[in-house]
Amino acid sequence: MSQQLLLNGIVHSYGASRAVDDVTLEVKAGELIALLGPSGCGKTTLLRIVAGFIRQAAGQVVIGDRTVDDLPPNLREVGIVFQNYALFPHMTVAENIAYGLVARGVGKADQRARVAEMLATVRMEGFADRKPRQLSGGQQQRIALARALAVQPRILLLDEPFAALDKNLRLDMQIEIKRLQRQFGLTAILVTHDQEEAMSIADRIAVMNSGRIEQLGSPVAIYDAPATPFVNSFIGSSNILDGVVEDGRIRLSVGAVLPCKAPDLPQGKAVQVSIRAEQLMLVRDAAPDRFPVTLTLSLPIGGQLIHDVAASDGTTLKIATARHPGDASSLPGTWHCALTPEARPSIFPQPTP
Amino acid sequence: MRAAAVDWRLAAPLGIVYLALFAAPLLLLLGISLHADQDLQQWGLDNWTKFWGDAFYRGVVWDTLRLGVAAVLVTSLFAWPLALFFCNASPRTQKVLIFIILLPLLTSVVIRTFAWIVILAREGLVNQVALALGLSATPLRLLQTETGLVLALMQIEMPLMLLPLISVMRGLDPNLLDASRALGAGMWRSFFRVILPLSLPGWIAGATLVFASACTAFISQSVIGGARLVYLPSLIWQQAMVVYDWPFAAVCSVTLLLTVLAGIMMLNWLGRYARTD
Ligand SMILES: Nc1ncnc2c1ncn2[C@@H]1O[C@H](COP(=O)(O)OP(=O)(O)OP(=O)(O)O)[C@@H](O)[C@H]1O
Ligand SMILES: [Mg+2]
Repeated sequence: MSQQLLLNGIVHSYGASRAVDDVTLEVKAGELIALLGPSGCGKTTLLRIVAGFIRQAAGQVVIGDRTVDDLPPNLREVGIVFQNYALFPHMTVAENIAYGLVARGVGKADQRARVAEMLATVRMEGFADRKPRQLSGGQQQRIALARALAVQPRILLLDEPFAALDKNLRLDMQIEIKRLQRQFGLTAILVTHDQEEAMSIADRIAVMNSGRIEQLGSPVAIYDAPATPFVNSFIGSSNILDGVVEDGRIRLSVGAVLPCKAPDLPQGKAVQVSIRAEQLMLVRDAAPDRFPVTLTLSLPIGGQLIHDVAASDGTTLKIATARHPGDASSLPGTWHCALTPEARPSIFPQPTP
Repeated sequence: MRAAAVDWRLAAPLGIVYLALFAAPLLLLLGISLHADQDLQQWGLDNWTKFWGDAFYRGVVWDTLRLGVAAVLVTSLFAWPLALFFCNASPRTQKVLIFIILLPLLTSVVIRTFAWIVILAREGLVNQVALALGLSATPLRLLQTETGLVLALMQIEMPLMLLPLISVMRGLDPNLLDASRALGAGMWRSFFRVILPLSLPGWIAGATLVFASACTAFISQSVIGGARLVYLPSLIWQQAMVVYDWPFAAVCSVTLLLTVLAGIMMLNWLGRYARTD
């Protein structure tokens, strides 16, 4: 039965450097949370604390309604899939999957049945007698997953499980993991530094930066309303424009006044406005809330046209528009940059240097 | 065909050196052992039948083999925990440890062996401590016993076991141990099911070195073992240098060679079951 996982004020340092800094996170039963963040922000460290490989300096790990801080890893019932899979090279696929069952003293017949069931679950029937080195990366990944799931863990931890896979296989495996996670109602944490991956399979995303969780929310909320400039820059590509608060609106340095409400910022406050590439468009006519740009380049990327434009003060922006069949690039000439009607720019106070 | 010819000629210098310095003396030794009299005039298997027909000499072969096996076992018993400790230590501790591990190799065998006499003697360190702590009422006999000899050999040969073991264990993916633990295996199960089988290649290399050098450790055997314990190397020395019975000494030598070779082949055969990939 799936159980909830509660991390309460977790702190961990390696020597003088804080790897995990006061992380509080509640993963609901049956929920998949993606831990997203740049390299070295403490994602693996946090997972290792949950699994019990590292003892945190402060804070509690609670699984279900039980604090597990004093339990060694072998008693925590936390399944973990490593980035490099860590299959036992001297054992066959079947022995790998049965490893946790043997350790729990499950009978031979039950082991066999369970191994067959797990192989079917990850669609790897017929591979039972291979050694790990005789499998492809994606196949090893499936076996690592089967091995972790065979013992029916209360929590499943996945540390960048797709990092070594090529793009197509990665998509297959993402769907696979999502399917299994739903099927078993697993409470899971998936570590990744691929924001698209996090957006596509997680129920909620926790964005981490230097040991802290900067924002926790649904993928849509994180994309549409990033809480901090860091989250904004980490999720999706954005255009950053400088501006000043003026009568509750924002005057941009590129020469336009945005009609959007600046939430409780004092008059004259310097701000940064972040606008997603697909929330901008190119128009011919001038208006107070538009600014003139020169179009330097248009690239067709799949179904989109990506325009590279420069504003009057030299700021470069990227604008993404839907490409109509046959369109290759936009025409040269004077253009104005405008916000699409549904645009929701994010406004952050200008960081003080 | 041409390529094969070139390969052969390139190997020739080393081949000739081996032939002259290794194969030839060996054949000579074998030839001497097949002589019946001390003046090497008559051919015959007399010395071989004398050696293998005598329970005392068979006992010496057996004792030598047992000494090698005991040294391997005792060294392994300490080497695995030490290697584990080493692999989990911080880089700075590792540097100190490596120095300590290599220390026996940096001292002369003779000095090391005499140091063990000081430690194991009747008034030696071990006995003084044991008596002072009341662990024993009378001094323990350690010198001239197999126990004392194995103990000394263990210290002297520990680097031969530790170095290959450490180099293999350092190459192991640390996640394997974590994976084992997360799957519900305790420390002991993880060790016996994952670390031990995966480090066997290193152990086999180490065990081969320890076995071969324990069986042939003439200085340690004769200084610590004394006259009471006779092993093949001291038997060879006695026959060749005291009795001047060269054919018989040659029989002992060839026997020692075969004994050590047999042990090495056993370990090699074990190695085929230790294929980790
Ligand atoms: N064993 C260790 N000893 C000392 N410092 C460590 C150790 N492991 C990690 N660190 C440091 O702690 C910080 C967090 O490391 P962690 O491995 O958790 O990052 P991560 O978010 O998983 O990064 P990545 O995405 O690259 O895997 C890093 O700055 C790292 O240098
Ligand atoms: Mg990591």
